[in-house]
Amino acid sequence: MSGATAASGRRPRRLAGPLWRRAVLPTYVFVVLAITLVPIVVMILYSLNEAPNGRLSFSWHGFTTEWYHRLFEIPDLTDALVTSLEIAALSTVIAVAIGTPAALALARYRFRGRATGDLVILADIAAPSVVVGASLLGLFVYLGVSRGFGTILIAHVAFNVAFVVIVLQARLRDIDPSLSEAARDLGSSPIQAFWLVTIPVIFPAILSAALLAFALSIDDFIITSFVAGQTLTFPLWVYGSVKVGIPPQVFAMGTLIFAAGVLIAIAGLFSARRSARQTA
Amino acid sequence: MSTKLRTALVPYLLSLPAALWLGIFFLLPLVTILGVSLMTGNSIDGWTLTWNFSIFGDAISTYATQFGRSFLYGGISTAVALLTMYPVAYWIAFHGGRFKSVLLFLLLLPFFVSFVIRILAWQFILADDGIILGALKDIGLIPEDTHVLSTPFAVVAGLTYDALPFMLLPLYVALQRIDRTQVEGAADLYASASARFRTIILPLSAPGIYAGIVLVAITNIGDYLSASILGGPSTTMIGNIIQTQYVNNADYPIASALALILMVALMAAMAVYARVFGTRTLQEHVT
Repeated sequence: MSGATAASGRRPRRLAGPLWRRAVLPTYVFVVLAITLVPIVVMILYSLNEAPNGRLSFSWHGFTTEWYHRLFEIPDLTDALVTSLEIAALSTVIAVAIGTPAALALARYRFRGRATGDLVILADIAAPSVVVGASLLGLFVYLGVSRGFGTILIAHVAFNVAFVVIVLQARLRDIDPSLSEAARDLGSSPIQAFWLVTIPVIFPAILSAALLAFALSIDDFIITSFVAGQTLTFPLWVYGSVKVGIPPQVFAMGTLIFAAGVLIAIAGLFSARRSARQTA
Repeated sequence: MSTKLRTALVPYLLSLPAALWLGIFFLLPLVTILGVSLMTGNSIDGWTLTWNFSIFGDAISTYATQFGRSFLYGGISTAVALLTMYPVAYWIAFHGGRFKSVLLFLLLLPFFVSFVIRILAWQFILADDGIILGALKDIGLIPEDTHVLSTPFAVVAGLTYDALPFMLLPLYVALQRIDRTQVEGAADLYASASARFRTIILPLSAPGIYAGIVLVAITNIGDYLSASILGGPSTTMIGNIIQTQYVNNADYPIASALALILMVALMAAMAVYARVFGTRTLQEHVT
């Protein structure tokens, strides 16, 4: 076989390659993919499981869509979900508002302290959540600040800022700084150049940074568990109900949040592809 | 001169709000936690700073088991996740073809499920009368008293599962970036498949491996949710101790000391790792 390929002017190929590449590795990839999807399937399945006393047991009782009709029938759970959504929205807005100018400074300017800034952002992302949560609670205890909605919001902004800066910095490095310089040459003020040129150009990146921040906030469990006080977010409520039994509504809400996230991501991917095609 | 000064001030003004927020709510707490750990007292009579440095020795000797366990579980789950995901990332990057983005998207789907629910789903999967064990017991393949929950295996499985997408992303980015002409050139020079992997692909994907290990290991060593939901009394990790001491027992000094020790230990581990394997920018792999 190698003789034939050599004769046709192509390089000889090893024999083991195709089998390994065509059969073994792809099969393996699909096995890993299947394992990846198992808990997601379990979540969706159990949201459709009958639960005679309103708490899920591990065994299967029969198919029902009841829990989607009775989604908001547990007031505390609904409150927790609303709290989570409020904190996610507010922390996203604040993180984008203060993170965008910081990303601009770190990506576009040379100044003393820039390296430290980069390092702090990275440390904020890499630091273990227990340490971040515990130390923030330490500060609040030290200052006598009572824990609740406000302290959760503060904590969420503190981790979201770093992700916003990282995402925007990467995008700002890719785009041409001469765009806003051109605007300056044409007589616009720095502020005009910022609002009329830089912001529209990085708007898709701001949007994806905001979505990431929103998702991180709604999902956070460990840091929140330290600074929440008596306030409950969705993950904290779910965690608290593990010992007494999970109401099926939890998995129904989880499924809906999952579906919303997936739809937004797919919409984002398609619009990114379309705008890429337009600019090409 | 004044415009020059004003231009010089611009980056500082731009980053001021974020710098203040992170300074007060991220950096300052890391300093105050040292102060809190050196205090004695209780929540009723109040706390006083007594420079009680012996707390660190006490914390280490009392909770050595949990520290060891955290590094063990964190280490195993990181290694398993790396070994599981490297071939996956490799195949998608090099042979994924037009299914590349679809496969990546499917493998990253766990990101869209709430962290607590992801772990909770594993409780349903691994429970004594759950989907797997229940079915196996029904057909008599395993004895009735078999259980997986509350064992180290369950905790490590949860930690590993949670690490898979976080490991995939940096590995894929690094492998995707490799210049294909280098690999083809080596093939033209009759380098065997394994030689090409060892001398080109593996070294060039090292930054992705580094980023994946650092991200996953830090998260998993500090995790307490997996141990809390899937584990039992014999699988307590240091995160569980910090959480209970801080939030439930209000023993702030010991919890602060433990958090500080954990942070220092992780930083030391990262420094050693960087020393041995070299560091490339972690930053570009985070996004």
